[in-house]
Amino acid sequence: MIEHVVLRHRLPGLENINQLAAYQASGGFDAYRTVVTSMTPQAVIDLIKASGLRGRGGAGFPTGVKWSFLSNRFPRYVVANSDESEPGTFKDREIMERNPFQFLEGLMIASYAAQASTAYNYLRGEFWELAARLDAQIAELHAAGLLGKNVLGTQYSLAVHNHLGAGAYICGEESALLESIEGKLGQPRLKPPFPADRGLYGQPTVVNNTETLANIPPIVARGAQWYRTLGTESSPGTKVMCLSGHVANAGNYEVPFGITFRELIYGLAGGIRGGRALKAILPSGASAPILAATDKVLDTRLTYEDVAALGSQLGSASIILMDETVDMSWVAMKTTHFFKHESCGKCTPCREGTYWMTHILDRVQAGGVQAADLALLSDVTQQIGGKCLCPLGDFATSAVVSSLKLFPADYEQHVAVAAAVPAKPAARAKVAQPVS
Amino acid sequence: MSLLQKYPDEVAAILARYPADNKRSAVMPLLYLAQRAENYVPAAAIDEVAVLCEIAPTQVASIVGFYTLYYDKQAGRHRIQICTDLPCALRGADEFAAAVCAHLGVEMGGTTADGKVTVEGVMCLAACDRAPMFQVQNGAGLTFHENQTLESVKALVAKLQTE
Ligand SMILES: Cc1cc2nc3c(=O)[nH]c(=O)nc-3n(C[C@H](O)[C@H](O)[C@H](O)COP(=O)(O)O)c2cc1C
Ligand code: SF4
Ligand code: FES
Repeated sequence: MIEHVVLRHRLPGLENINQLAAYQASGGFDAYRTVVTSMTPQAVIDLIKASGLRGRGGAGFPTGVKWSFLSNRFPRYVVANSDESEPGTFKDREIMERNPFQFLEGLMIASYAAQASTAYNYLRGEFWELAARLDAQIAELHAAGLLGKNVLGTQYSLAVHNHLGAGAYICGEESALLESIEGKLGQPRLKPPFPADRGLYGQPTVVNNTETLANIPPIVARGAQWYRTLGTESSPGTKVMCLSGHVANAGNYEVPFGITFRELIYGLAGGIRGGRALKAILPSGASAPILAATDKVLDTRLTYEDVAALGSQLGSASIILMDETVDMSWVAMKTTHFFKHESCGKCTPCREGTYWMTHILDRVQAGGVQAADLALLSDVTQQIGGKCLCPLGDFATSAVVSSLKLFPADYEQHVAVAAAVPAKPAARAKVAQPVS
Repeated sequence: MSLLQKYPDEVAAILARYPADNKRSAVMPLLYLAQRAENYVPAAAIDEVAVLCEIAPTQVASIVGFYTLYYDKQAGRHRIQICTDLPCALRGADEFAAAVCAHLGVEMGGTTADGKVTVEGVMCLAACDRAPMFQVQNGAGLTFHENQTLESVKALVAKLQTE
């Protein structure tokens, strides 16, 4: 039986915890009550540190450690990162839709620990309907005395506001997100200073992912030791894995860190659609290198360290599966169009490089490409890699570089056909039709 | 009519969410308000939002230009934005999008002759497990439509066109 820490609404009897009364009946807000009425902020930080909780937004940074970096200035802010725009990610949305109060409770506990009296939840603009529901839920918490002035009769006061973005992936990057709340273009800041020192409005700020925050109430309620019984030594707890693409049963799977790709894909998610062979895996959306679906990869444990050891990243665990019919040069074309669209334009290598990569990759698909073009493509990736202000530039090259390396034949088929029959587009593997 | 005259309570509530000396933070929510009537931000609203946020009109205009969900030009009353990003495309989104365009008799990005519906291809909308899917954006906001078929789109479009 897999422990549900975050997707608790999937447990029998807890389907209605998106309603405040049902959430409270299941022990909801007991952790917040304990924290606000009987713990010091430092004690909360120490508890989260002891749990080993790592940030679920992609980088896996230890949450308690991040909180302890806050500069000694006030006011401070806490910001939930609910931008969720990585292709293949849809976990924060399920959490906020089905278990919203646990997420809000986590945000409120984080705010107390940071001694912040204002918190913002930054949602991607497309989560419009969700934001409206969260507005109403926040109002309920005010009415219940859990938010507002003198929470639960203590000296502590807290307000939580939703802030809707408006369609920009880069606003998931924490400093661009803060710029966006400040009413500016969503462009990353130079770091340092980090948000813990100079964040929102120049004040010390904690930015945490939605899923990270949703882990916090159970840790407070059940203790750091309990949390460490889940997952592995260096990646404790559970992780919501988003499975998409050619998997039989796409969706979110909350599993302890440390189960393998094979256990997740074939054990829990029904394997590959139509019984086809799995060709490749993008473990972290469009942003990290492609993995060929070898036995070694399939038997790799899903932890930050193990996936990094394969030369890719677990990131936010947006696992995109591709079967044997997929042309990986087409995949690179798709991810590159994404990054070209989402480049914020601040640095030249990213802005221009993504433009050139899409040009070449479109020509690959059209079949009008020559070997020299592939060399040029490779060259462009080197002009971008390591030369940008924020990680998006590197993200943009990873599917291109890894597909060129692992699946050269997928590119060469377009070159060969173009040379033989210049007038005709190359034959290419067709993407599978949806099963109805 | 100005935003303040039209939506006085909402403008006040938006401004109250941010520190009094950081009114600029209200620019994004105010732009959604400005877009409500016609599904794009009219030039006059740019000036008014600038005054409310205590910034220059060009700064407001650059926000409209940067973020994809704001528009400075009128298009269809409803924008059907089909996700054709990689995970959805692996489940047939490109073919689905082409079928929707063919049904409406428009190119991707085009607007139907009655001016009711614009079709656009967009990046991942955090619903990849329920492809094919799209969102419909109009002045009132955004709604998600998941696990779609050509039949369900036809029914929806017929409804939108009679509104
Ligand atoms: C281009 C880019 C996009 C990102 N998008 C997101 C996102 O959508 N959601 C998120 O939580 N973190 C995202 N991050 C990571 C954030 O910058 C930040 O590390 C994270 O919100 C910290 O929270 P955590 O420690 O709880 O993971 C992104 C980073 C980059 C570079
Ligand atoms: S790398 Fe790209 S997204 Fe990041 S700051 Fe530079 S231009 Fe913007
Ligand atoms: S790729 Fe379409 S919703 Fe994610």
